[in-house]
Amino acid sequence: MKIALMGQPNSGKSTIFNHVAGYKAITSNFPGKTVKYELTKLNLLGRTAELVDLPGTYSLTSFDLAELEARKYLLKGNVDIVINVIDASLLSRSLELTLQLLELKLPMVICLNMIDEAERKGIKIDIEKLSKILGVPIVPTVAIKGKGIKDLFSAAHKVGEKKKIGKTINFSKDVEDVITQLSIQIKKKQIEQEFNVPERFLALKYLENDSYFMENYKKKSNVLFEEIAYFQNILKETHGRQSDVVISSERHHLSMNIYESVVSLTKPHTSLIDYLDNILMHPFLGYISLGLIFYLFFNLIFGAGKMVEEPLLDYFYKLIPLIGKSIDPNTLSFSIISGIIQGLAGGIAIVLPYLFPFLFGLAILEDLGYLPRIAFLLDAFLHKIGLHGKAIIPFILGYGCTVPAIMATRILESERDRFIASVLATMIPCAARMTIIFALVAFYISPQAALAVYILNIIVIIISGKILSRLLPEITPGMILEIPAYHIPSIKVALAKTWLRMKEFIFVAWPLLIVGSTILSLLQYYKMDVLINNFFSPLTSLLGLPLVVGTTLIFGILRKELSMLMLIQAIGTSNVVAVMSATQIMTFTIFVIFYVPCAATIAVLWKEIGSKRTLFTIAFTTILATILATITRFVY
Amino acid sequence: MTITLDSIGENQKAKVVSISGGWGVRQRLGCLGIHPGDIITVKRSAIMRGPILISVHGNQVALGRGVARRVMVEAE
Repeated sequence: MKIALMGQPNSGKSTIFNHVAGYKAITSNFPGKTVKYELTKLNLLGRTAELVDLPGTYSLTSFDLAELEARKYLLKGNVDIVINVIDASLLSRSLELTLQLLELKLPMVICLNMIDEAERKGIKIDIEKLSKILGVPIVPTVAIKGKGIKDLFSAAHKVGEKKKIGKTINFSKDVEDVITQLSIQIKKKQIEQEFNVPERFLALKYLENDSYFMENYKKKSNVLFEEIAYFQNILKETHGRQSDVVISSERHHLSMNIYESVVSLTKPHTSLIDYLDNILMHPFLGYISLGLIFYLFFNLIFGAGKMVEEPLLDYFYKLIPLIGKSIDPNTLSFSIISGIIQGLAGGIAIVLPYLFPFLFGLAILEDLGYLPRIAFLLDAFLHKIGLHGKAIIPFILGYGCTVPAIMATRILESERDRFIASVLATMIPCAARMTIIFALVAFYISPQAALAVYILNIIVIIISGKILSRLLPEITPGMILEIPAYHIPSIKVALAKTWLRMKEFIFVAWPLLIVGSTILSLLQYYKMDVLINNFFSPLTSLLGLPLVVGTTLIFGILRKELSMLMLIQAIGTSNVVAVMSATQIMTFTIFVIFYVPCAATIAVLWKEIGSKRTLFTIAFTTILATILATITRFVY
Repeated sequence: MTITLDSIGENQKAKVVSISGGWGVRQRLGCLGIHPGDIITVKRSAIMRGPILISVHGNQVALGRGVARRVMVEAE
């Protein structure tokens, strides 16, 4: 049995999913954070069922890749039960999707989520009446607190057993006539369907002029195509508007009518959080707050990270000479052991202290709902680099990790925008590169120098954006973005999200780090590192870096944090300043930030933007890194 | 008199008359509750010809200038 969570963006599908699966799907307070579906097994009253969390979609007419994925899955994926998740505080708008889902004639349950938030807003819903109108069971929930989830799944179980299907809500008579006639024609023509959906659903999609379905049929049948045009025209003539507008207005009115008949409005309770936008979205204070929030965030990461890094590093590097006393430092086993210890130390002492506060802070900002506000504030600036406000969301996620950032470009409507945003996202220093900036530049030079690296990075991204949008001169579609209400972040959820993102480091990067350290030890033991370093000597001498840096750059392609940790190992001391000058540290950092994206990023780029464009990105970033690092060498 | 949505001042209400532009924009705005006949309140207008923030059916939506220019409204 397969159960699908379907609903509009930001209605809480992933929160419900996580309640069942454990924290597996990233949740945030912005529409469109789920861009690919996630599956989990669950025990549904003794039977094993599969639950799928689909990306949010406003309607079954899809616009961006994420919405398309949700629709395809629903229409093709043999779904047995649909759970339609609705943000109760946005009932009237959400019903428009519900009406479309009812057309699919699948067993369905409605989950009226965030019911507490609706009540706070003064929206009281007569659930029994709504359930009668739609002919499906409705369960009120507060997913974030886990309230009502059990009832929801037992209701889902019931409709699944009984194969209970909701009512079809009829449109106005003349529109309904057209729909019926077209449905009959579709049935008569018996055209081979790609999707197994009711005729009425198809008829509506045709009248809505849904390009996906239209193209599908143009190829197959001219006869039906003429039929469709004929009926579209009837609606257009009788209503004086395009047929898609007629259908969407009808659905809108139906939803409004249902909404009005089941909702009684009372006075909303306002809380302090409702006034937050007076500051955060203010035309002047908004930008000051934005700068201040990120400045404080920066200091928090540095302060917290430094406090832990110093004592831990001291501890680990006292350990190695101790081992040298019991094992001869010139033997192979000493090389291996010290490699492993250095790998472990790098993870615990250098990466984790900065990674944790950063990811936790990001989680809080996401859950509060600040990201869409940043999109609003920066829309005008992003237009200057040929993108629009929504592109800021992948960019901010890019400070965490480039892979989800590139996936998040799916929320952008045009292919060109996705390409530009993906290339630029690879240049944003992800958490791995952040640890390099903090642990090398801030730690050994000064926090101000680290801040300067970030500012320089933003400037370079702006210039690169300008160049790319010159090369691809196409006007970006304008921004249409829902700004959700603020939610007070739950510390528990934020910690779970931080843990989910840190797992990637702990279980993938860290083992790689230890293996990498060991390999480097072996290379050094057999003096093979000299070969690699000589190969890279043209580059290292151009940048004025020590010869030993060469090997570390290869490791950096595997994982960005490796290049720094390997650097420390290669130069043979954790006291980097003893070997490298401030200029060399800076040059190294700048090069590592920009050059070739890491292996995981290359893989996701390949999938999302194709091989040619991925190779372009690699070449572009490497050339850029070399130029910038050479300039740094001579200027800094 | 019909004017474009981007020329409505902050905290003013307007009624949507029509949406010019293609199928995509019409559908997308429709999904967010913006159809002919709906009442919109303009809440904020960003600097540098940035987006506008509107409130419609109790929900807030940011629209880029270019999009707002396609929405024809009547000031209430």
